[in-house]
Amino acid sequence: MTSSSRLAAAIAAQFTDRARWSLLEVLFWLVALSTIWLLPDQHLILAEIVIWALFALSLDLILGYAGIISLGHAAFFGIGAYTAGLLAKHALVGEPVLALLLAGLAGAVFGFLTSFLVLRGTDLTRLMVTLGIALLVRELANRFGWLTGGADGLQGIDMQPVLGLFRFDLYGHTAYIYSLAVLFVLFLLARRIVGSPFGLALLAIKGNPLRASAIGIGADRRLIGIYTLAAAYAGIAGGLLTQTTAFTSLESLSFDRSADGLLVLIIGGTGHLYGGLIGAVVFRFAQDWIATATPQYWQFWIGLFLVLIVLVGRDRIGGWFTPLRRLADRVGAWRPGKTRPTVLPGQGGAP
Amino acid sequence: MITILFDGIAYGMLLFVLAAGLSVTLGLMNFVNLAHGAFAMAGGYAALVLVNRLGVPFGLGLVCAFLFSAALGALLERTLYVHVYAKSHLDQVLFTIGLVFMSVAVVDYTMGSSQQFILIPPALQGQVTVLGLDMSKYRLMIIVICGLLTLLLQLGLTRTRFGSRLRAAVDDQRVARGLGINVGAVFAMTFALGSGLAGLGGALGAEILGLDPIFPLKYMIYFLIVVTVGGTSSITGPFLASLLLGIGDVAGKYYVPRLGAFVIYTIMIVVLIWRPQGLFVRRGAR
Amino acid sequence: MLKHVLTPLAVTLGLLAGGPASAQGVVKIGVLEAMTGQQQSTGVQTLAAMKLYMAQHGDTVAGKKIELIVKDDGAVADNSKRLAQELIVRDKVNFLVGFAVTPTALAVAPLATEAKVPTIVANAGTSIITERSPYILRTSFTLPQSSVIIGEWAAKNGIKKVVTIVSDYAPGLDGEKSFTEAFTKGGGQVVEAVKVPLAAPDFAPFLQRARDASPDAIFVFVPSGQGATFVKQFIERGLDKAGIKIIGPGDVTDDDLLNGMGEQVIGTVTAHMYSADHPSALNKAYVEAFKKANNGLRPNFMSVGGYDAMHLIYEALKKTGGDTDGDKLMAAMKGMAWESPRGPISIDPETRDIVQNIYIRKVEKKDGELYNVEFQTFDAVKDPGKAKK
Repeated sequence: MTSSSRLAAAIAAQFTDRARWSLLEVLFWLVALSTIWLLPDQHLILAEIVIWALFALSLDLILGYAGIISLGHAAFFGIGAYTAGLLAKHALVGEPVLALLLAGLAGAVFGFLTSFLVLRGTDLTRLMVTLGIALLVRELANRFGWLTGGADGLQGIDMQPVLGLFRFDLYGHTAYIYSLAVLFVLFLLARRIVGSPFGLALLAIKGNPLRASAIGIGADRRLIGIYTLAAAYAGIAGGLLTQTTAFTSLESLSFDRSADGLLVLIIGGTGHLYGGLIGAVVFRFAQDWIATATPQYWQFWIGLFLVLIVLVGRDRIGGWFTPLRRLADRVGAWRPGKTRPTVLPGQGGAP
Repeated sequence: MITILFDGIAYGMLLFVLAAGLSVTLGLMNFVNLAHGAFAMAGGYAALVLVNRLGVPFGLGLVCAFLFSAALGALLERTLYVHVYAKSHLDQVLFTIGLVFMSVAVVDYTMGSSQQFILIPPALQGQVTVLGLDMSKYRLMIIVICGLLTLLLQLGLTRTRFGSRLRAAVDDQRVARGLGINVGAVFAMTFALGSGLAGLGGALGAEILGLDPIFPLKYMIYFLIVVTVGGTSSITGPFLASLLLGIGDVAGKYYVPRLGAFVIYTIMIVVLIWRPQGLFVRRGAR
Repeated sequence: MLKHVLTPLAVTLGLLAGGPASAQGVVKIGVLEAMTGQQQSTGVQTLAAMKLYMAQHGDTVAGKKIELIVKDDGAVADNSKRLAQELIVRDKVNFLVGFAVTPTALAVAPLATEAKVPTIVANAGTSIITERSPYILRTSFTLPQSSVIIGEWAAKNGIKKVVTIVSDYAPGLDGEKSFTEAFTKGGGQVVEAVKVPLAAPDFAPFLQRARDASPDAIFVFVPSGQGATFVKQFIERGLDKAGIKIIGPGDVTDDDLLNGMGEQVIGTVTAHMYSADHPSALNKAYVEAFKKANNGLRPNFMSVGGYDAMHLIYEALKKTGGDTDGDKLMAAMKGMAWESPRGPISIDPETRDIVQNIYIRKVEKKDGELYNVEFQTFDAVKDPGKAKK
């Protein structure tokens, strides 16, 4: 065996290892699934958490895996939300799953078109361009009141049953199960993608664009790809929100939504897909709790939290998940007859 | 037509005073301070308390607003901001958004949630007719004050020792450090000055922009537009950008009221794409 | 797969069914108000008034303890809908009260119908709200109520040409439409209709546009809280010197902000359903108690909506003997009439909308403070937005 083929084998083993499900991951999804039966009167809030999680997951794709800071991710969320809303309101596509795919497609198309603007420039320019685009879309939605309902929101959406079978109920049961299923499918897809050579190339670009291009990884095409994908995810998240609440408004396009999405992701930590999911749980319950305790001043605590999280160091807070995962990896590796491949120097551990 | 121009200039000049500090901090430290508006709000409320509750004359109230915001800026810069300079842009964004949220809640708690106004002396109310043109006295005053400030800033930057240090630090921080310029101190001074100017702008602008707890969020985007369109390498850039924005905004609302803010966002994006470093930047400055 | 998941769910669902059953002896009122954001003052005023009513009348009625569950929706309809659903499902509230702006009420309407929860609109003023659900009642006002009255009044009082400036959302359009109809019917002419974005920082350009049309008066509707900015810039622009008057529903001369507007606002004529200056013993006591409980804050027209909503709930519970069935409560509330701080009011049994006096008021200085002083009364005005049909 030559050294290069040994290297190739080791790399291949690395890939399999990355793609393998750890015990903790399986546990995570089992817990999520069990809430369907265990917490039936929390389904409303859980559905909302799932939607936040999906939105944060979409942000994680561009921030955690491509290093693009966006202050305007709500643009895609809102476009998805309005697409789903309009399709249902005018009974163009009655079936929610199909409508949801179209909402994702709308997000993707807009994401693709704007990705060219976002590619250019520094962090700061990107920040401003994304913010500007989101504001512009919001203003557009406001202006075209005859279509979007303007400041009054899109009223009078009547949702058809999912797959023609399951009606959306007041208690959020259908909403939650439906959203959770969507999240799971999209999570699987995202997991596949970031573990693929494409995902690794993105990480290389994020780490050092110059070096990445020197070893033949072209940045532009890949960034456009991931940006479009993230936009599709955000569009689906927005579509889900509209479908599960039978309502949408300019709020779905607002700056607050972009900022809250970032916050959710930061709480859970960037760059490991689960960040947004965990962040959404923490964020939503914290918000619920704070808002009930002091409805007028919950913003203060959110603000304080953000300030502290930065002063203390994000990695120290968001990173709490990594050691846990390492532990789970080790637990998962205790399988008789299975030997772990030797870890290549410098490649071990989580990204 | 001329009235529109006049209003636009007043509005633009006000924006310049509000945003000037932001452009310098951004240029100098490459620091994204989304909480800049909070200092403007602080100044506005400081003047409000002094003038309305304690009966301090309006002019003195403005000076105090400047001092209050400058002190607050210096304090926060030394205690909090200083820890965040070295962090990533994402951290800076999160940190300053957090500050904005906190300031909104604190002001709401202490000052109440409704929009408030600073009592202005009768001499500044109403209109004055100059050469057959009706002009609001208050806006005229804004133009005069902000014009003077702009001149002072320009002179300060080009003619004083501090100004040349500042310019050196903005142009190339490492070389400036090497020349023995204490960049940290220069920056602290600049931050305080910028915050003070914002505070003054907040107090001056309360009459036109209104003063309520969500002020920093409402105007954040305007400040950012001024800075991005104007660039960060000089003060003439942001100044021209402010005027453009002010006139564009006012004229847009007058002639096409239904389009309003739309025009501005479009201009911003086009400029960002066309000239990512700003519209009024000397080529090859970097 | 999903079907398998749902079967046990259906069982759970069956257990949960039975509607909003309250815990023994407690009546829960879900309050959806804007405690943050631009409409914050509305939330603060309304909640303060509701708490005042409870302090004055005790927190037990018909053997039930009244409990307020306050949720901040920031006047954002998305939040209102979500929070209302949670209040209904999780907290099992018996009433929903609040709704600082129209969109929030519209978004909640389908939920009120589905869950049969009596929903009382204490603030929002668009005519159609009560038509969106048979479980919605209103204790605030409708824009057409005061806009039609001021339109007729203006036409009779020497105002010929008017420019309308309204916020570009449902209540603004409602107000503009009903004013224009009443005013043109009375022989007046609307020369220009300007719509201002809901979140407009600077009114100056819009006012300049209005001024250039040189009308006799400007009809204005802006949401509670923006009135002061408008009046300031109106004066700054010299429109008062040009002999142009401000008329409109009373939102613009909001009691909450009136004192901060400066003396130039004196003489502004508006039509509205409440003034802190309303000359009745009940109102004097109300204003005094409100100020005492809230650090000197003057109650505005939004506050009475909250105060009367509580009255409606208390009286309805007395009538049903503490029964919290949605339909019984609705039946009890329809047609109820009482004396509010604003004057005599009742709930129209047909439309579930409020019937109340509309007063024409002029801003005057009294004891060093500015007040809307009422000088003409239109008795028991129904919502003209519905009367037409």
